[in-house]
Amino acid sequence: MSGIRKGYISGINGNMVRVNFDSFVMQNEVAYIVHGEERLKSEIIRVRGKCAEMQVYESTSHLKVGDEVEFTGELLSVELGPGLLGQIFDGLQNPLPVLAEKCGFFLRRGTYFEALSADAQWGFTPLAKPGDTLRPGEKLGFVPEKNFKHYIMVPFHYHNVVEVSWIAESGSYTIKQAIAKIKDQEGKVSEVFLSQTWPVKIPIKAYAEKIMPQEPLVTKMRLIDSLFPIARGGTYCVPGPFGAGKTVLQQLISRHAEIDIVVIAACGERAGEVVETLKTFPEIIDPRTGRPLSDRTVIICNTSSMPVAARESSVYTAVTIAEYYRSMGLHVLLLADSTSRWAQAIREMSGRLEEIPGEEAFPAYLESRIASFYERAGMVKLSDGSLGSVTIGGAVSPAGGNFEEPVTQATLKVVGAFHGLSRQRSDARRYPAIDPLISWSKYKGFIEDKQVEKGHAILRKGNDVAQMMKVIGEEGTSLANYVDYLKAEFFDFVYLQQNAFDPVDEATEKDRQVYIFDFIYRILTQDFVFADKQEALRFFQALRQQFRGWNSTVMGSQEFKETEAEITGKLNEKINPPAPPSA
Amino acid sequence: MQKTYTNIIQISGDVITVEAESVGYTEIAQVITKRGASLAQVIRIDGKRVSLQVFAGSRGVSTGDKVRFLGHTMRIASGENLLGRIFNGSGLPLDNGPELSENLIEIGAPSVNPVKRIIPNKMIRTGIPMIDVFNSLVESQKLSVFSIAGEPYNELLARIATQAEVDIIILGGMGLKYDDYLFFRDTLERFGALARSIMFVHTASDPTVECLLVPDISLAVAENFALGGKRVLVLLTDMTNFCDSLKEIAITMEQIPSNRGYPGDLYSQLASRYEKAVDFDTAGSITILTATTMPGDDVTHPVPDNTGYITEGQFYLKGGVVEPFGSLSRLKQQVNGRTRDDHRTIMDTMIQLFANYRETVEKQAMGFQMSAWDKKLLHYGRIFEEKMMSLKVNIPLEKALDLGWEILHECFSPEETGIKRSVIEKHWPKNSG
Repeated sequence: MSGIRKGYISGINGNMVRVNFDSFVMQNEVAYIVHGEERLKSEIIRVRGKCAEMQVYESTSHLKVGDEVEFTGELLSVELGPGLLGQIFDGLQNPLPVLAEKCGFFLRRGTYFEALSADAQWGFTPLAKPGDTLRPGEKLGFVPEKNFKHYIMVPFHYHNVVEVSWIAESGSYTIKQAIAKIKDQEGKVSEVFLSQTWPVKIPIKAYAEKIMPQEPLVTKMRLIDSLFPIARGGTYCVPGPFGAGKTVLQQLISRHAEIDIVVIAACGERAGEVVETLKTFPEIIDPRTGRPLSDRTVIICNTSSMPVAARESSVYTAVTIAEYYRSMGLHVLLLADSTSRWAQAIREMSGRLEEIPGEEAFPAYLESRIASFYERAGMVKLSDGSLGSVTIGGAVSPAGGNFEEPVTQATLKVVGAFHGLSRQRSDARRYPAIDPLISWSKYKGFIEDKQVEKGHAILRKGNDVAQMMKVIGEEGTSLANYVDYLKAEFFDFVYLQQNAFDPVDEATEKDRQVYIFDFIYRILTQDFVFADKQEALRFFQALRQQFRGWNSTVMGSQEFKETEAEITGKLNEKINPPAPPSA
Repeated sequence: MQKTYTNIIQISGDVITVEAESVGYTEIAQVITKRGASLAQVIRIDGKRVSLQVFAGSRGVSTGDKVRFLGHTMRIASGENLLGRIFNGSGLPLDNGPELSENLIEIGAPSVNPVKRIIPNKMIRTGIPMIDVFNSLVESQKLSVFSIAGEPYNELLARIATQAEVDIIILGGMGLKYDDYLFFRDTLERFGALARSIMFVHTASDPTVECLLVPDISLAVAENFALGGKRVLVLLTDMTNFCDSLKEIAITMEQIPSNRGYPGDLYSQLASRYEKAVDFDTAGSITILTATTMPGDDVTHPVPDNTGYITEGQFYLKGGVVEPFGSLSRLKQQVNGRTRDDHRTIMDTMIQLFANYRETVEKQAMGFQMSAWDKKLLHYGRIFEEKMMSLKVNIPLEKALDLGWEILHECFSPEETGIKRSVIEKHWPKNSG
């Protein structure tokens, strides 16, 4: 490869550019379009004869036929190293705060900055010694990053064990300074830095084995943890019509989930939502670490008005960063909002390529793309025996709120839990609007099976009775059925629904969930004695009000105990009715 | 730098193809016909074949006509001189005033860096309880009024515009009926707002494609003012017409349609306009209110559906009232925690009870016996519709909250509302009457 391989633009259609070239090109190779001073990043997505079609990661305005294109020979890659935490990147790993400093209010096309600061000093502590043989992904040393030991690993691109021939002493280094030299099987010696690059569309496999996700991931959302749990290393999806609260739910989970690192991929959604995360996270203290939430968060943000092709790459950038931290033995949660926008970006490109469309004009490979994305999640055992995980939660925005559409259906096939939001519940202000009648989870939670089953059963029964009541009316319903209906409503109101604006109720710890679920289980299985429906209704209404008050008291506080006693007293009135006067 | 070409090789729909060289993508050209000149924009380049969408339509364009490339993308004059003026969809004066060409700015500029945005925090008061209390409008919000033909959506937009405390109002009309245009103009004038307004009007009789420019022009001008520290309200009506023009062009260009004939990039197209709504860190703001008419009152139609995913909420205008279900302001939480401490309680409780009321109405319609609780709900629902929902009501937020407590007090006992005891103690009206 002597000199730079070049090509020339021969056609432009939206963000797709056709290029004529003389030498050779590589599929998915990154190329730059040279337009005056600007250099626009693009990626080759199809080659036909001496003609390559590229998706441009920037606006194509002003480009002309004949503009020069430079091929790089590299796949689209991200830089992985210390300094990612707390950062805000665009879909191509451009640090947005740096961009704002340099370019002001607006994004400027063709401006790319180093993802990681070249000047930052990191205190390196070596762990390996010269002569050690290590596999790719094994630890050479670490630097402290926020609250973590950020391990510096043998670069992932090696296929076999390597030998450490030199390692730097403890001290302060930048990402541009070598901290080790390693010799591969062929005897070639290379320098290792604090950072390494990795192509985003290829999964990082620097672990010993992938194991079954079993440990529940506590989100502190009662409805999820108790009825439709997520496992660490698992996958779940949240489809819902607009306005049902997908994003709010994702935000709550990003705030409260018991996990080491959260990677947020804001993909083709509103900028305003990212801004909220951006501005509030530095001020919210994570009770588990005592440090701001931003310290454990990486945001990849390609909002809806940013170039579409970069939207497609943003989810890959996010999952690659997640896999990188997993390789250090950390537990990472990736929240992608929304995978439908990502799918639409694929569809847009497919349309420009004039591929034969599948259902709703999505390309035929949509399903396999979605599947391979979710398959990058998982719990892994590293070569030193420790565990790391990537959990993927994807929001889906089905057109018209109809779950039959291709993106939702393709996603449901590959995820382990389904939290379907319904318009009905959100209209009735029952938040989180996850519909318990359609949602499911294949993972095991921390609530006893017997109790969970009862919860599901009462909700189904309550719904049946409610449907029946619509036909035969309240007067035609038996008291026993009516009480079941009230119990289901009660369970929904005081347990499934959570007030996101109440400082206590917004997040419920595992212990409290177990305790309260047990308490409610006793109510749900209890036979009550009521004179008539009116009395039953009034009883449950009052109980509901007290319980809601209880939900906003701090567990273990005096108020908590008092309210509990009050509720128990109220329950006992109806459980042990005064003995009827003996005849 | 301006080159003229005369070999138009294809005319199809409102798209013409001309053989030309060294033309920039999205560049603007003038098509000079016997009937006059029209602007056109480059939408595809394939070797020498350059396709342009002609904003005035291709009717009357001959293969021998001249196409003059201007060497730049679409530009529009901006600044104070525009205030009080009325233009068409291409930015030409409609009010007999002079043509403007100073402070030219490019339309469709890049999007705002998210880190330079701030969290919206100023409420826009409208005097409409269904908005102020239940779905507060917030400065820099993008919000659409979902409606069907025949509903007073333009009246609602005009009313919000004239009551809102903003510096500048920009109206972008797409496929606007001439009466509606006059209505907007007269309303703004009557409230003394015309002098701080700018109108870009594409009427129903103008060429369809011309309306494609209206949102971009309106928003580019708005952005210019916002960067100068002004608080701008942009009204766009009706976005469905805009989408239909997009569809027309896409079909002409033989793009594969994704859903009901609309192009696959409808979401991105709409988003790039709506995302111009912004509250700048250290400068002004843009609030976008649009009208989206739903063909056949179908909210799953691609236009309202995509809009709903993009905007920060929607107001359903149905039967002349803002329908509480389905209507949503996603930003209300940013402001309604700081208005009055009972705002959220009133909002949640009244809506939940109103939902119960609707269920009861259904039951009643099916002829079921009404329980005592049902009767209470019916009573409540009727009062709510009359005193809160009607668009005739025009009261400030605080009055509306007081009214809410009165209605609850009139209809229910405190326990029946499900409101937390501490709040009841503080706010439940004490008088027994």
